[in-house]
Amino acid sequence: MTEKPAAGKGAAEKPKSEYRGQIHKLQKDLMTRWYQRLEESALTGNPKSVSLLISGACVELLESFDVVPIYPEVNALQLAIRHESLEPILYAEQMGYASDNCAYVKADVGAMMLRVTPTGTKMPTPALALCNFVGCNVYTKWFEHLSEFQQTPLYMLDTPFMRTDSPRKEDVAYIVQQLHEIVKILEQITGKKFDIDRFRHAVQCSRQVEEMWSRIKRLAQNVPAPFDAYFDAITLMGPLYTYRANPKGVEFFEVALRELQEKVDRKEGVYDQERFRVVIEGPPPYPYFRSFRDMLSSWKAVSVASTYSTVGGLWEFGFRHDAENPFEAVALHMLEQNLCNRNMLQRYEQIRRYVEEWKADGLIIHFVKSCRLFSAGQGDMRDYFTRTLGIPTLYLESDIEDPRYFGEAQIKNRVDAYFEALGHAQATGAAVAHASSQAAGPSAQNLRVID
Amino acid sequence: MTLATIDSTFERCTEIIGDLNFPEVRRWKDEHPGGKAVAHFPVYAPVELIHACGILPVTLNGAGDRLDIQHADARFGSFICSIVKTTLEMGMTDHLAIIDGMLFSTICDSARNLCYVLKRNYPHMYLDFMHLPHNPMPGSGVVPFLAAEYKRIQDELEKLSGKKATDEGLRKSIALYNENRSLLRDLYALRAEKPEVLRTSELYALMRAGNFMPVETHNLWLVEALGELRGRTGKPRDSIRVVVEGSFCEQPPLDLIRIIEDAGCYVVDDDFIVGRRWFTEDVPETGDPLTALADSYVNRSVYSSVRHDARKPRQKELVKKVHARNARAVIMLIAKFCEPALFDYVLFKRELEAQGIPHLLLEFEEKAFTFERLRTEVETFVESLLFE
Ligand code: SF4
Ligand code: SF4
Repeated sequence: MTEKPAAGKGAAEKPKSEYRGQIHKLQKDLMTRWYQRLEESALTGNPKSVSLLISGACVELLESFDVVPIYPEVNALQLAIRHESLEPILYAEQMGYASDNCAYVKADVGAMMLRVTPTGTKMPTPALALCNFVGCNVYTKWFEHLSEFQQTPLYMLDTPFMRTDSPRKEDVAYIVQQLHEIVKILEQITGKKFDIDRFRHAVQCSRQVEEMWSRIKRLAQNVPAPFDAYFDAITLMGPLYTYRANPKGVEFFEVALRELQEKVDRKEGVYDQERFRVVIEGPPPYPYFRSFRDMLSSWKAVSVASTYSTVGGLWEFGFRHDAENPFEAVALHMLEQNLCNRNMLQRYEQIRRYVEEWKADGLIIHFVKSCRLFSAGQGDMRDYFTRTLGIPTLYLESDIEDPRYFGEAQIKNRVDAYFEALGHAQATGAAVAHASSQAAGPSAQNLRVID
Repeated sequence: MTLATIDSTFERCTEIIGDLNFPEVRRWKDEHPGGKAVAHFPVYAPVELIHACGILPVTLNGAGDRLDIQHADARFGSFICSIVKTTLEMGMTDHLAIIDGMLFSTICDSARNLCYVLKRNYPHMYLDFMHLPHNPMPGSGVVPFLAAEYKRIQDELEKLSGKKATDEGLRKSIALYNENRSLLRDLYALRAEKPEVLRTSELYALMRAGNFMPVETHNLWLVEALGELRGRTGKPRDSIRVVVEGSFCEQPPLDLIRIIEDAGCYVVDDDFIVGRRWFTEDVPETGDPLTALADSYVNRSVYSSVRHDARKPRQKELVKKVHARNARAVIMLIAKFCEPALFDYVLFKRELEAQGIPHLLLEFEEKAFTFERLRTEVETFVESLLFE
């Protein structure tokens, strides 16, 4: 029969899930260094800073000019994870933002108005708001607003959405032409001449990081998985965005890969005994990050893959930046190789591969109220995975940023019911469907009642 | 056309827009055996391309209060605007069976995802997504990009219809739609000048009926209406001149527009069905037609909440519009959960306040049918201005 989870109340009694090796320390050092550079920029105007979005960021270009990126999304998530997002959100709502506008934007704008930063360090006013518009239409609004409120010039780097099976040459040419425009602007901002070799070097660093990051993600195919590809992946994503195109990023990922590989060699998983393997779709509930993790830990459930960890870039299926053609490589990354610019059906396919190739028992869809990019149509996704593919699927609703939308008790009940049913199916030997060829089987039928 | 006939035209238009069975599309299909219809949302779509391929373009307006949402909620959940859900519901209840394809574009995340949800559920329908660009700056390479995108769409449409669009045919289509837009511009000018002669609810019904009929027919209706209206007189009402902004995509129910008028407003400009009036002047009818269309999209078009154009900050454009139409106030009439409009509201509000232009924010749903609360809000707003 299904083993009940540990009945403890406090975190101390829950199975410990997160891995703390050198990775954590190094990650902290890098992120601190990044915030210090931003503060330096705020205080002295050097290095120059440019706001950018995580998805499909062309950080290689900034790196080649020694420009430090400001990621408003990172500010927002840091505020939420530190339980400091509500006040700026309320402030933004007073400014006229609607209760259902993306709360990432509200928290970021509200904090800017209130002059609050998540780390307490100073944030520079960027020399440029560079909106790398990949998919999410909110990005365009967010950066228009930042540009207006900070009186910062705005450049809209318009990336055609992935609407064909492979990128079109006209799409690549359009992005490349805009990148050349941005080079001119960066030359003006920094007073430096563009150096193609520095750009190639940055692109080459990215390529190395991507190779290691991708191998790390594939390590989670091992049973047991050496790290959690949703919760722990977020730790690795900080350096991935801020230092990918820099030798410091390369060093970091070398250590991370080595450490995690050693865990695999020792057959060491996230838990002493891994019970469930799930794929998670959707951004995390940052204001309740810890609680949500504990809910899964109490069932010794590990996420082996997640779509959220591909918002910045999708590398585990083979894409690498190419230093021989640096502009085209950056364009392709923006166009095709990040989750946000790919269409829903491409996302379904990505998840399907995760379930199969990462040997998952089920799928958790986290509907995020703020984020229509992710959540509009997720009911159809659930229908596809449960009915068409017969994959046990749990559907939860909360928010990425706004703490008012997390019903802790209700979410916990649903998580518990889901794993109880999964455990029951495993214990009774009923095949839990995770193959695309299989239609909704009896176990999936049973599980559907809790989806 | 006599005054009696113009009133009956408005009535006929009201019937057409209230009928979920697309009577005019059916009529056209009966007259054109094998003919196809391709639908799009009320925002911009290159109708000339569709037309030149021998296909009937249809602008969707959701289902209003005439269809219960029974299936679409499970697919799209909460916090999604009505038009996305009612469109899907129409698909799931066979109301779109008359439509052979749908074209979506980069207007917002919800509509984009709808395109792909439809694609999965209706694999036999032609469903495509256009990237309408957000970087119109010279030097970005935007016009050749967009011309190539139109060419891609044209190729797909030709496959659907089995007919090739020639350059000459395209130019003819452009001319027909130029005429349509120019007539609508005239009607808008007439209404702004003599709002007592042409009610917004009438103009709106006349324009919206064009969503479902061939442009050739619509042009005839507009010409007749214009001619007739020039001779119409009306008794000026004690109303304030307002610009309505924010309902460019999901459309407000006709009754709601009437209520705004009855509560004491002359609507002297609006952004209803913005795609029908996208260009500020004619698209060139000479030269390469795809380039003409692309260049017009980029350089001869209206501002809108569903596109970025650094050269035309929307909040400044709205203020210009208010002054150009000599309006006293703005009603921000925004579809519930319409993210682009709700985000823009922040900048609109700020600018209107800075300019001392009063405004009222109203949220609506196309599927709503009682508007008492909204009526009271408009009345209160109008009173506050009259007794200022
Ligand atoms: S809508 Fe989603 S992807 Fe877009 S900014 Fe908000 S959280 Fe990010
Ligand atoms: S009404 Fe607004 S949110 Fe809805 S589809 Fe149209 S643009 Fe998108």
